[in-house]
Amino acid sequence: MLEIKDLHVETGGVPILKGLDLTVKAGTVHAVMGPNGSGKSTLSKVVAGDPEYAVTQGTVTLEINGRPKNLLDMSPDERARAGVFLGFQYPVEIPGISNTVFLRTAFNAICKAQGIPEMDEAKFDALLAEKMARIGMKSDFAGRAVNVDFSGGEKKRNEILQMAVLGPRLAFLDETDSGLDVDSLRSIGDSITRLKHPGMALVLITHYQRLLDYVKPDVIHVLVQGRIVKSGGPELALEIEKNGYDRILQAAGV
Amino acid sequence: MEITSAPRPAHQDFLEKEYQYGFTSDIESETVPKGLNEEIVRFISKKKNEPDWLLEFRLKALARFSTLAEPRWAAVSYPRIDFQDIRYWSSPKAKKKEDAPGKIDEVDPDLLATFEKLGIPLSEQKRLTGVAVDAVFDSVSVHTTHQKELEAVGVIFCSFSEAVEKHPDLVRKYLATVVPAGDNFYAALNSAVFSDGSFCYIPKGVRCPLDLSTYFRINASETGQFERTLLIADEGSFVNYLEGCTAPMRDENQLHAAVVELVALKGATINYSTVQNWYAGDKAGKGGIYNFVTKRGKCAGERSKISWTQVEAGSSITWKYPSVILQGDHSVGEFYSVALTNNRMQADTGTKMIHVGKHTTSTIVSKGISAGDSSNAYRGLVRILPGAAGARNYTQCDSLLVGDRCSAHTFPTVEVQNPSSVVEHEASTSKISAGQVFYLQSRGLDLEGALSLLLHGFCKEVFKKLPLEFSVEAVKLLEMKLEGSVG
Ligand SMILES: Nc1ncnc2c1ncn2[C@@H]1O[C@H](COP(=O)(O)OP(=O)(O)OP(=O)(O)O)[C@@H](O)[C@H]1O
Ligand SMILES: [Mg+2]
Repeated sequence: MLEIKDLHVETGGVPILKGLDLTVKAGTVHAVMGPNGSGKSTLSKVVAGDPEYAVTQGTVTLEINGRPKNLLDMSPDERARAGVFLGFQYPVEIPGISNTVFLRTAFNAICKAQGIPEMDEAKFDALLAEKMARIGMKSDFAGRAVNVDFSGGEKKRNEILQMAVLGPRLAFLDETDSGLDVDSLRSIGDSITRLKHPGMALVLITHYQRLLDYVKPDVIHVLVQGRIVKSGGPELALEIEKNGYDRILQAAGV
Repeated sequence: MEITSAPRPAHQDFLEKEYQYGFTSDIESETVPKGLNEEIVRFISKKKNEPDWLLEFRLKALARFSTLAEPRWAAVSYPRIDFQDIRYWSSPKAKKKEDAPGKIDEVDPDLLATFEKLGIPLSEQKRLTGVAVDAVFDSVSVHTTHQKELEAVGVIFCSFSEAVEKHPDLVRKYLATVVPAGDNFYAALNSAVFSDGSFCYIPKGVRCPLDLSTYFRINASETGQFERTLLIADEGSFVNYLEGCTAPMRDENQLHAAVVELVALKGATINYSTVQNWYAGDKAGKGGIYNFVTKRGKCAGERSKISWTQVEAGSSITWKYPSVILQGDHSVGEFYSVALTNNRMQADTGTKMIHVGKHTTSTIVSKGISAGDSSNAYRGLVRILPGAAGARNYTQCDSLLVGDRCSAHTFPTVEVQNPSSVVEHEASTSKISAGQVFYLQSRGLDLEGALSLLLHGFCKEVFKKLPLEFSVEAVKLLEMKLEGSVG
């Protein structure tokens, strides 16, 4: 469903991704691991369309309505309305705008693009309340300004709430497990598992096995210095957890 | 293999929309030669059949004006204005010579068409519901709608000239009691040459059944605009007042020096809202309105309340400090403001809250948005006089920068002469970051939607204060003015 070929990306003239290939099929869960600064967040933001990053070479294609579409031709909001979602490593604060208003506006923008009637306030409030309950978020977060004064873990949970409401087909979750206490990790892991479905491709960016205990991955990739140097089954994550990246780096000659 | 170019700077994709009210109307008007002197003042007064006391008022103001110097303390810069190069009177010619504009079927159809184009239909069939409108074209009030409904409850809402004619005692009793003729340079100028404007009186205990609104339209070129608004809310009354303004795009700068006086007697409430969208000049700073306005309200009676809400999105230069004198005990003054500057616009705006009475409270919420190469200053004065025991003020001043060539300044002054008062001040400066815009876009909002949401968030406390239809218009206006400047 998602096909990335020979992707080269730079920002401010500095190359970050240097020929990255990644294919993710619908219904599968992939995990991307790799040392700090290797380009994992960059990859996720380029897929979502962050204008900070310049694609200098390569393609990113997503199957939309059964046809491959060049994501790089689409604006970030067009991508989102076509079903792309990014759970940010560092979610941004939007002062003065409540979670409810924010999510309703986003939800209706997507409805409109898909030709579905927009949802009125009362119906949306009910939908949001139900999603929040499922994700284990207290109802007062609905009225609070988006991410403002949220704790680190609450921000991460808020990203998952957004995913639950917007129902994407391709989701990159960038270090959603960082900063979560053990109970939150389990509950968010379970929430993610419930949200996935056969029509959806899920890419988890993580440093640890712990999230993968709850959301079972099909493929693990190791991203080093802007390229995927190794891919394998779930056991690869366990190996990294045990031995770190040294052996993989040596084998890849980096 | 496909090679894509550098990412398109999404924020620059917008086309610059033109100022949509920038058209001129071809209306025959009667003007006087340029220049300011006693003769012109006498001409204006005569033209309006004014009583002697009013002519005297004007002449005194003119004498005072000639002793005053143009204020230079504001954080704005512009070439010296030649006050002899301005025309001080322009009036749309009535089609039927003997009739002054007034009754709707006597108003020049071209004028009606102009206001309709501005979204302010005046005719019985089309007029806005729930709002009575006084339409002012250049210096003259063209028509005031909903007269019958207002008369039924005793509310007087008419042009200033009509008030002088029909309610001279009220006008004489209150004129210049809040803004004295010699208050400042521009107030003195206005007092000498003011042309028309709106007058409003809400009788004792009446809750005005309609919102009242004045719509100012500048059309004539090289003509100064000097309206005067006087609004009196008698004991226990209540009124919402709205003010809108637009002007054509012209290459030369035009001076607009209005005076607005509000009087709230015991237990009365006046909510005064402005959406100011005068022409702001082009991108290079050519043309636009110099908006040098004196607005002041007096909470004369106890437990009276005056609330100013303004959205200042136009004018090449804005110099404006809607203020409240809190004279009555337990009276309340409010100032909620959004001032947006873009391109080469300059704004120096804020408020004065003068606490005279006991237990008076004032709230100031100022939101400055600067974009482009513009400069935006908040200037505020909170003065607690010795008699104002238990007075309170809360001031919040937030600046939002869009891009990095613009500037924002705050000049808050606090003078406390009563130790039992409490004064609080909070200030913040923030930026609309590319990260915020991307975050919202990544959830499906297009650039316009993202910007609108961020503006809403920033201005929320002020927009909440505006009547609904005004707040929708205000957000649209701000978005339009900011297009192409986030990046
Ligand atoms: N906007 C930017 N400007 C300059 N350098 C950047 C920018 N964004 C990323 N980089 C650099 O690109 C490299 C990759 O960053 P990225 O955030 O993608 O790493 P990461 O793999 O997600 O790391 P971590 O595991 O620490 O989150 C880093 O060296 C980072 O400093
Ligand atoms: Mg990262």
